[in-house]
Amino acid sequence: MLIGVPREPKGETRVAATPVTVKQLIALGYDVVLETGAGEAASFADEAYAGAGARIGAAEQAWGADVVLRLNGPSMPETDLPKSGSVLVCMLAPALNPELVDALTARTITVLAMDAVPRISRAQSLDVLSSMANIAGYRAVIEAAHHFGRFFTGQVTAAGKVPPAKVLVAGAGVAGLAAIATAASLGAVVRATDPRPEVADQVRSLGGTYLPVEAGERMDSSDGYAKATSEAYDAAAARLYAEQSADVDIVITTALIPGRPAPRLLTAADVAAMRPGSVIVDMATAQGGNVEGSVTGEVITTGHGVTIIGYTDLAGRLAAQASQLYGTNLVNLMKLLTPDRDGTLTLDLGDVVQRGITVTRGGEKLWPPPPVQVSAATAPAAAAIAQPVVTRRPFPVAAKLTLTGLGVAALFAVNAFAPEPIPRHFTVLVLAVVIGYYVIGKVHHALHTPLMSVTNAISGVILVGAMFQIGVHDVVVRTLATVAVLLASINVFGGFAVTRRMLAMFQKGT
Amino acid sequence: MTASSIAFAAGLVASLLFILSLAGLSKHETAKQGWTYGVAGMVVALAATAGLVVDGDPGIGLPLLIAGVVAGGAIGLWRARAVAMTGMPELIALLHSFVGLAAVLVGWNGYREAARGLISFPPGSLERIHHGEVFVGVFIGAVTFTGSIVAFLKLSARMKSAPLVLPGKNALNLGALVLFGALTVWFVISPSLWLLVAVTALAFVLGWHLVASIGGGDMPVVVSMLNSYSGWAAAASGFLLDQDVLIVTGALVGSSGAYLSYVMCRAMNRSFLSVIAGGFGIEAGPAADADYGEHREILAEDVAELLTSAASVVITPGYGMAVAQAQYPVAELTRLLRDRGVEVRFGIHPVAGRLPGHMNVLLAEAKVPYDIVLEMDEINDDFPGTDVVLVIGANDTVNPAADEDPGSPIAGMPVLTVWKARDVIVFKRSMAAGYAGVQNPLFFRDNSHMLFGDAKDRVEEIVRALSRVPV
Repeated sequence: MLIGVPREPKGETRVAATPVTVKQLIALGYDVVLETGAGEAASFADEAYAGAGARIGAAEQAWGADVVLRLNGPSMPETDLPKSGSVLVCMLAPALNPELVDALTARTITVLAMDAVPRISRAQSLDVLSSMANIAGYRAVIEAAHHFGRFFTGQVTAAGKVPPAKVLVAGAGVAGLAAIATAASLGAVVRATDPRPEVADQVRSLGGTYLPVEAGERMDSSDGYAKATSEAYDAAAARLYAEQSADVDIVITTALIPGRPAPRLLTAADVAAMRPGSVIVDMATAQGGNVEGSVTGEVITTGHGVTIIGYTDLAGRLAAQASQLYGTNLVNLMKLLTPDRDGTLTLDLGDVVQRGITVTRGGEKLWPPPPVQVSAATAPAAAAIAQPVVTRRPFPVAAKLTLTGLGVAALFAVNAFAPEPIPRHFTVLVLAVVIGYYVIGKVHHALHTPLMSVTNAISGVILVGAMFQIGVHDVVVRTLATVAVLLASINVFGGFAVTRRMLAMFQKGT
Repeated sequence: MTASSIAFAAGLVASLLFILSLAGLSKHETAKQGWTYGVAGMVVALAATAGLVVDGDPGIGLPLLIAGVVAGGAIGLWRARAVAMTGMPELIALLHSFVGLAAVLVGWNGYREAARGLISFPPGSLERIHHGEVFVGVFIGAVTFTGSIVAFLKLSARMKSAPLVLPGKNALNLGALVLFGALTVWFVISPSLWLLVAVTALAFVLGWHLVASIGGGDMPVVVSMLNSYSGWAAAASGFLLDQDVLIVTGALVGSSGAYLSYVMCRAMNRSFLSVIAGGFGIEAGPAADADYGEHREILAEDVAELLTSAASVVITPGYGMAVAQAQYPVAELTRLLRDRGVEVRFGIHPVAGRLPGHMNVLLAEAKVPYDIVLEMDEINDDFPGTDVVLVIGANDTVNPAADEDPGSPIAGMPVLTVWKARDVIVFKRSMAAGYAGVQNPLFFRDNSHMLFGDAKDRVEEIVRALSRVPV
């Protein structure tokens, strides 16, 4: 089958295929045709594509292929371009564009929305929202650093001490986490907020500090995305943001709720409270913005010197990288759709991943798909079940004392009533048991085996007993004792020799 | 000063030396001293006993004694020299069985001496107590003997490692103990040879069943527990023969072995009692065949490339490394990476391998510095900041299901959280399940890559690829 890659609309720098992914698509058995200059804005020349095995053609050829790979969804006029029976793969935002979905349904084509991949682990390799958000989060920090008139990292120099920049990241999704990692690697002090408490560990793992919103409620996400929050929560969050914005130098907001306008996190008053020279990156301006006063696609500076960056094309600003990742996501999708690697696309709607991204098939509208529960939903349940196993009921003190008392009394009784030499032996036994326990109490874990092997050798001391019996004038006793001596000797000599071999190997690095 | 008073005094010296030996072996710095103390203690104990035997007109006993010690010593030294480090678990299990059998023989002799009137008892209950001691000593020794034999067979793969599940196995174990109690009372009242034979047979069967009920994956605890049993067998013989040195030494070994098993049980989140009772009572079956998705393969050259760009690498070895004898190439890889300034550390799960500290011994054999070999609790917090984890022949000890799937048979067992690292390379022969028979979702994670084949060959390939890349 033929795969076509048309040019993206004006203003888009990314492209749906790179020379590297073209090669991979061809390896799956497909032919590839590329519209002239499709990769120009992402610094991929037509010659590079041709070198990878693609044909370069006109727009009609690319749109007229059996499978059309695009990054942006088609405009209304473009919905007529794909040929009947073909497959169109692109980012569509089907929930936000019902007219476009209807227009595409009117055609007898199949449309797969790359931004509708369910968030299950198996589908991670196709998840373009993750791969794009990762780039955008990185770029948000770079943009902020560009507009921020100071270092990120704290330094002590001959010309004075420089304090580190403080960065607040609102929303610890993929973009937020990428921003946290980037800012932390530049040396800034990074804090992050998110209504989902389970991300605290992820934030910490990337070098950030998690700021919980103290509102007495927790949000469990069953589909891996954040949900809308309650009023009490919002009030507590507002207080947190007011507090933090007065303190930090840079704020990066990434809060998005699928299918709804972006939540308002920073008010004009919060922005006004920031120091002059501070920078805000609002990554949600396309959905209405998290920050009051941000302008979609623009950089503005408020009256008292706070810069608000409202770019919507952060991922596209790393065009080559973004194209490569998006292209790889597409290759992974094509691998899924081409199980035999023979260049024939087969769509299996029994698979939740494929069902989830299928918006229309041959004129039949399949949107919205049935909800998919991702594995994250089972995590809280698992924790709840595991709880009783982990927390052992503490032993009541009274019972402990009673048992200890009984034990001591039993030991006392043995020594008080048994005839000699039992009490003497018994005393020795009990004391030796206690010594054995304490003496190895702090054994280093690496020495478990040598310790065991030496105790094994030592337990061969039973040889002493057998030696006594060998002196007894009785044939049977002597024979058995000789066998016992033999066995115990193997144990003593073998045990010590093996231990010695092991210990000789332990050495400390230099 | 007589020969017997010298022997008695020597017993005290030997006991002290044994205590110092165990204490010394708790730390790396003093481990070799500890060994020396142990040997010295044994020499003192044996020399004093030999003196006593010679003093007591042994007749033909003396040449027999010398022949026995020389032959046994030669066999022991030969086995210790010949064994491969990976075969250590089997050897130690087998050595335990010798102590057990020796204890049985000493117990039988004790009975015969009393029955033939070769030892005399003062009036009172001492003779009965003597019979009780014989019985207990034989019982513990026999359980240790067959238990160790089964452990040896399982560890050397001469016997299936899957746990034997007989119906009502707990009732069987308990019944055997009750029967032992009843036989003891009977024997104390009217001692006879057939009762002694019966209890020996009973203990043989019980020891066999106890260990056969335990799966091969839990063998480290079992070996350590058998070590403890062999100590108690020696202590029981000490009571029988009126020898304090035996009692002290046996109790030392018994309690330290039991404590070591307890430490390991805690690390595995298993109940200590259920180990002693035999069988771990695994009830939860493996989760239904879930769709884990696809795994991704990686080539050795790509792993080498990944490693050169990493700042920190953690290697988590398992039994597979021992089987493949991959410790030497792993040590070489470690050295190469450290020379390049990569931080390399090892994360050892408490039950990795088939006996406690198995991995440490292998790594030490290959001269990996021990201060970069860390245990699970020391390394688990560091995985999120680690670039690459090499999982070499480990499976269940790195299974995220233990953490996340409450229905998993290994649920609740602490594991190495390797999946929190940036990239995980899993060295594996195939996609087969591990010892616990549980599928491992780690292999299907997005940051996991499978490197199939013999671990030794693969690591050697990486080393070759790595040495081609200039520093």
